[in-house]
Amino acid sequence: MPTATNTTAQAQENAATQANAWRTFENGDWQDKIDVRDFIQKNYVPYEGDYAFLKGPTAKTNQLWDELKVLLAQELDAGGVLDADTKVVGTVASHGAGYINKDLETVVGVQTDAPLKRAMLPYGGYRIAQKALQAHGRDMDPTTLEIFQKHRKTHNDGVFACYTDEIRKARSAGIVTGLPDGYGRGRIIGDYRRVALYGVDRLIADKLKQIKDSNNDAFSEDWMREREETQDQIKALKDLKTMAAAYGIDISLPAQNGKEAVQWTYFGYLGAVKDQNGAAMSFGRTATFFDVYFERDFAEGTLNEEQAQEIIDHLVMKMRIVRFIRTTDYDELFSGDPTWVTESIGGMGEDGRSLVTKSSFRVLQTLYNLGPAPEPNLTVLWAQELPQGFKDFCAKVSIETSSIQYENDDLMRKYWGDDYGIACCVSAMRIGKQMQFFGARANLAKAMLYAINGGKDEKSGVQVAPESDPFTGDYLEFDDLMARFDSMMEWVAETYVKALNIIHYMHDKYSPENIMMALHDKVVMRTMACGIAGLSVSADALSAVKHAKVKVIRNAEGLAVDYEVIGDYPAYGNNDDRVDALATDLVERFMDKVRKQPMYRNAIPTQSVLTITSNVVYGKKTGSTPDGRKAGEPFAPGANPMHGRDKKGAIASMASVAKLPYEHSQDGISYTFSIVPKALGKTQPDQVANLGNILDGYFGEEGHHINVNVFEKETLLDAMEHPEKYPQLTVRVSGYAVNFIKLTKEQQMDVITRTFHEII
Amino acid sequence: MNATMEAPTTCTYETRACATPYRDSSGYIHSVETCGTVDGPGLRYILFLHGCPLRCQYCHNPDAQGKPAGELTSAEDAFADVKKYKSFIRNGGLTISGGEPLMQPAFVQAMFQMAKDEGIHTALDTSGFVGHKASDELLELTDLVLLDIKSFSPMTYKFATGVCVDQTLKFAKRLDAMNKKVWIRFVLVPGLTDAESNIDGLAEFVSTLGNVERVEILPFHKMGEDKYAKSGIPYNLKNTPTPTTAQVETAKAIFARHGVEAVA
Repeated sequence: MPTATNTTAQAQENAATQANAWRTFENGDWQDKIDVRDFIQKNYVPYEGDYAFLKGPTAKTNQLWDELKVLLAQELDAGGVLDADTKVVGTVASHGAGYINKDLETVVGVQTDAPLKRAMLPYGGYRIAQKALQAHGRDMDPTTLEIFQKHRKTHNDGVFACYTDEIRKARSAGIVTGLPDGYGRGRIIGDYRRVALYGVDRLIADKLKQIKDSNNDAFSEDWMREREETQDQIKALKDLKTMAAAYGIDISLPAQNGKEAVQWTYFGYLGAVKDQNGAAMSFGRTATFFDVYFERDFAEGTLNEEQAQEIIDHLVMKMRIVRFIRTTDYDELFSGDPTWVTESIGGMGEDGRSLVTKSSFRVLQTLYNLGPAPEPNLTVLWAQELPQGFKDFCAKVSIETSSIQYENDDLMRKYWGDDYGIACCVSAMRIGKQMQFFGARANLAKAMLYAINGGKDEKSGVQVAPESDPFTGDYLEFDDLMARFDSMMEWVAETYVKALNIIHYMHDKYSPENIMMALHDKVVMRTMACGIAGLSVSADALSAVKHAKVKVIRNAEGLAVDYEVIGDYPAYGNNDDRVDALATDLVERFMDKVRKQPMYRNAIPTQSVLTITSNVVYGKKTGSTPDGRKAGEPFAPGANPMHGRDKKGAIASMASVAKLPYEHSQDGISYTFSIVPKALGKTQPDQVANLGNILDGYFGEEGHHINVNVFEKETLLDAMEHPEKYPQLTVRVSGYAVNFIKLTKEQQMDVITRTFHEII
Repeated sequence: MNATMEAPTTCTYETRACATPYRDSSGYIHSVETCGTVDGPGLRYILFLHGCPLRCQYCHNPDAQGKPAGELTSAEDAFADVKKYKSFIRNGGLTISGGEPLMQPAFVQAMFQMAKDEGIHTALDTSGFVGHKASDELLELTDLVLLDIKSFSPMTYKFATGVCVDQTLKFAKRLDAMNKKVWIRFVLVPGLTDAESNIDGLAEFVSTLGNVERVEILPFHKMGEDKYAKSGIPYNLKNTPTPTTAQVETAKAIFARHGVEAVA
């Protein structure tokens, strides 16, 4: 039993440790309350120079990466999964320590007890966890299985208990797809920096105070739920300490230097990816936070540039080996084994200072020191006023690695301030203050076909939507089609959001993200992040009906199954308002229908125009469309124009995309841009300058997101034939980067045939 | 299409007084490339005009050869489209190419006049064969001329393009006399334009000009081949390879002999 004196002595020692951790930092509100942004603003130093200061990999980095590459090759040889736990249910503190090579690792911690060994996370749904294991030649331990079959309900059980028949039909017809009803919803970013800046004890004390402060509030279900959730979060924070202790590290108190700041922050993140198999498990916005510590270490003479780079390189290695085990269906939809360990870099502060620091460069430098890779999903927050040296470096890295995506900071800062991060591909959220209910997406093109066929599925003939009069004429008429389409969208929005409400209620109940939410404020803004697929197909179809003639072709049962387009029509992607206005209208129109729906937990409705790689699967599930696209052909990814229809070059194409209103698509608008190096300019300085001009232009026109791929088509064709030659070939697809050789053949072909901007 | 072609062997081109350009002049547009990065400095809007008196064997826009034809677009409308890209091309500009843009000098002048009014950089991509059609006023509005000298040897030039080189060289000298900024461009086609004497002559000629800012060697490519198949024009270079790096380096070295730095 500790005596009072002991406790006081301990408290004094802890206070001294904290004071030492915060030595030389500028004082501020951040000391009295949890406020990482305030700490950054008061302490960071913007960097205006170029990349000349950067260092290559250390010997230790090279050696460690070489060892990891062996494991990665073994993983690929083993069919994608090297090892998986089949018995122990993964939680924050479920496994002891695991190492790649303990002597070489500057940053430690893996998800289980060995690198690339995947955790089993059945709280989302034990059947799915079991199917995922089976897809990779394994089986769940019978005792564990029995627990979930007999004693512990999961998220998936809860959802399916409440789904309506209509939702089930919509789901299997593929008019809504990818719903997180059997896997972790993800798209939540814990403010992992809090672990480093405050230490876990302070975070626990803060949560305890939240509970105490609500003691006298009147009873309501929300009140009770919050109290229970906060208690669970406190437990998760304690588990986080246990997890770190397994590595011999005490994270009760704040980090003392740069290396610890990175390690502590990573531990926060590691807790999250041990506990949750969220579709996207993003990292946040950490580089400039780390930079404050590095700069202090430099000033104190305890760190040099090589060492700082080594710490970042080793952190990034860890981010590259985050893994979850998935079912075959899931892999088909989101191929390439993505985890969306998104790190947001750059951007401007609200006070007009750039948030670019040397560490922003260091994170990008990992793409040279370790070679290109899809993860972490490096996301540059681009602003017109970013320092030129940083813009040029980004463009150079893009041209040489194709591993960066860009998002419009000038646009998002107005909505989300200057300490937001990107979750997954394009979803901005204030770090530690906001989360989202991930909603996958609805298929607008299919909704149009349902509108024509009176609610029947064009492929199966099944009555999925409520029965209505089908269109019976020979040629589609614009006003008639638009009216039908509009009312079908009403039904889709209602059915879709109802499904999402069920999903997120159950996710909160059966598979809560305790550690991630422990690293959030008490009051959190929640968005209901809906999404649409098939935007360009739908806009082009409307344009074809309006500006050309579209003949309906029916099968023996009278179902419209094909369309003949007679004449030309303006296609989306040519900066032509006649059709771009139709696309813009669709975005706003569907969003307005979503806005009308009741939202679980008072979430704020948003939507994205994003498909990830599911544009291929969506296409497969959708019959011929009135734009001339044949049944089964892929959609364009995200907000992209359909390939081959943009005739005026890449800038016209992106100008069309830039017109889509962010106001009505606040969860993001994704555009994928692929260009051969020669088409960017003759010399590298020309290419760098031109890519910078393209980004300035696109974002100046209020474009939201752009993936930049720079490579020869021949390289991709060769990689299909000889994958072994291209272990690190990274391509960016609708909001995320993938390892090209991990895509299915179908998706590889889709990437290749998709508009490659070449100039001849 | 062939029926409307000019006789490809004409050595002089009929000079017609250039109509006074005005904003509502119209032109025959072949196509647009909004992401132009190789025809002049920076990111550029490239307007390809229809019509060309040359019959270059390696032409990548064979469907633009012959008399200007197709649908007329007013300069006003054409420029309205350029203006949509102002934020993209602010460090680049507008390039008018073709075909041969100087087949429609009034239209080019109208476009460049509007571009200069908007502060947009202008570049004219021409073979110079009908350079005499470019009035001094038009050239005043032109910030940069991309002058394609397709060969120096008169025989090679004629064989490669169907017309004579004299007009082009005359135009080059006129631009020099005006001190108009020029980029010289030369397409290197193995077996067609790569003879040492041909390149050497060109290099020597270029070295006498005082207005050349850049010399570009454009290695022959076959990306236009499918256009020949589509339009039924015979393609003579089916078996011609693209130049090797060594061949490009050799060409550069020949330019270097005359103190001319060429980029590829």
